Amino acid sequence: MKEMVVISGKGGTGKTSLTASLASLSGASAIADCDVDASDLHLVLSPEVQRLESFKSGHEAVIRQDDCIACGTCMEKCRFNAVHEARRYGRPSLFKIDPLSCEGCGVCVRLCPEKAIDFPERTCGQWMVSETRYGPLVHARLAIGAENSGKLVSIVKNEARRIAKERDLPWIIVDGPPGIACPVIASITGASLALVVVEPTLSGKHDMERVFELTKHFDIPTLVVINKWEINPGIAGEIERGATSAGVPLAGKISYDNSVTAAQIKGIPVVEYGGPAARDIREIWHAIERRMESIEKPSVIEV
Amino acid sequence: MILAVASGKGGTGKTTVAVNLAACLPEPVRLLDCDVEEPNCHIFLKPEIHSSERFTLPFPTVDDNRCNGCGECSRICEYNAIVSLKSKPLVFPELCHGCGGCVEVCPEKAITESRREIGTIRSGTWRHVAFVEGLLDVGQTLSPPLIRAVKQHVGTGGITVIDCPPGTSCPVIAAVHKSDYVVLVSESSPFGLHDLALAVDTMRKLDLNFGVVINRAGPMDHRVADYCRKERIPILMEIPDERKAAEAYSRGLLLIESVPGFRKLFENLYRRILSESRRNPGSMQGDRRDVEGIA
Repeated sequence: MKEMVVISGKGGTGKTSLTASLASLSGASAIADCDVDASDLHLVLSPEVQRLESFKSGHEAVIRQDDCIACGTCMEKCRFNAVHEARRYGRPSLFKIDPLSCEGCGVCVRLCPEKAIDFPERTCGQWMVSETRYGPLVHARLAIGAENSGKLVSIVKNEARRIAKERDLPWIIVDGPPGIACPVIASITGASLALVVVEPTLSGKHDMERVFELTKHFDIPTLVVINKWEINPGIAGEIERGATSAGVPLAGKISYDNSVTAAQIKGIPVVEYGGPAARDIREIWHAIERRMESIEKPSVIEV
Repeated sequence: MILAVASGKGGTGKTTVAVNLAACLPEPVRLLDCDVEEPNCHIFLKPEIHSSERFTLPFPTVDDNRCNGCGECSRICEYNAIVSLKSKPLVFPELCHGCGGCVEVCPEKAITESRREIGTIRSGTWRHVAFVEGLLDVGQTLSPPLIRAVKQHVGTGGITVIDCPPGTSCPVIAAVHKSDYVVLVSESSPFGLHDLALAVDTMRKLDLNFGVVINRAGPMDHRVADYCRKERIPILMEIPDERKAAEAYSRGLLLIESVPGFRKLFENLYRRILSESRRNPGSMQGDRRDVEGIA
């Protein structure tokens, strides 16, 4: 089973459009949308939801006002400035915990002399298993402002792995989030290949270099795709050279092509819409398959 | 006034709006780059950096001689960052959120706090812009504490522009928290609209005053503008989909200085933000204490 994760560092470089097309080209794969903050893959894969689970993670502190003696210990001990005091004329202050600032550490719960703080489990979103014509899709929706997106990413990925194993699917294709921190690290952990999508801009190049450091740190074989390369052929060339010297081969370049947006509006993967970008993505898919073959052989010997 | 520039979807033009807005203002301004995973403002402003400090978070260190192996530290830790196996507990610094719970509950006072580095805060200037950015170390998972630390440079009075990370989860909340006005940057596409709606939900939940900038606006797709009208959200500016703008961006240039007509667009944006933020001050009440980091 091969697991490929599509990431970028910088947002909006075309991860989701490319992932949808690769899922279509792979023939049989389990697809995981790990951009749980702003997931879009379902907009082009027309999923039918089969299973819906709520995602509970961590706890949140809530003061029972009837039992509170307004001593202020919770506010004094909270390091996240989540406790707010409303002073009231002729009466003790009212202490409240802002759920969006609460880190769920439980320090106030433990140190409250009256044991007046409850610590219920927090619902942080939901995750779904759907059927699409490209294979099963596991996707999620993180609740607004919720913590632990990394944990939700891990749930999504593990469920995709479980389904791939159960149905004997050769590929797991993961649409990753932007950035380099918690949810990205959770998305790339254990992947056999990372595909980094970059646009030929100075920002894109800057962010790509940081993503390469990350995949190197976690020892994940990496390929790079330059999207809309004609925007700046000079920087596209610099990116290609920079990637090569970082030990990251180029999987291919995708043309600036209005059919990418047109396909999105139509709600289908670009490769099914056609056009220059679709042709480029087919080439990229072949490059990925070749790279996977060369990765897989030595790993068989190691095992 | 604190102006945060945010979006649900990545790559819609937050940094473009933040840097061009800050650069075209007629008065001194602070620009805080809170997209600490991938900060890009410096590429467009090329500020002169005059200070660079490492940012640290606390984590526990256990004194072997004092520890009696009671396991209290391990029981209070919600992050599994300290695990007691009857003897001296094992500490996993990278999981620690720095809440200080283990220090509080240790009956033997055997736990003290050390500090670990997770990123850098750099400050500098570019013309009338005082610039601060956070840069998370590669391999670190926890960005909100660094974002909160960058936001300590908000200062009092004057204008602060904050470039936020993408998404709707904890890093974004940390970045937009206590802003006076939020500019949501979107693009007119199905993905753009879907993620804008998530960002709008987030701002409404946070009770923040906000408006929308539509980037790469073209004749193809009106769905974002239609949505804004339906939801009664002010459209602050539409940035035309111009090849020249995309090229200038790719080379790290300010649009107000390299594409004709763009300075006027951003000056109008600023005037529009001022009038919008005055029009609807209801959502700006509440606790106005300065944001404090935990470190």
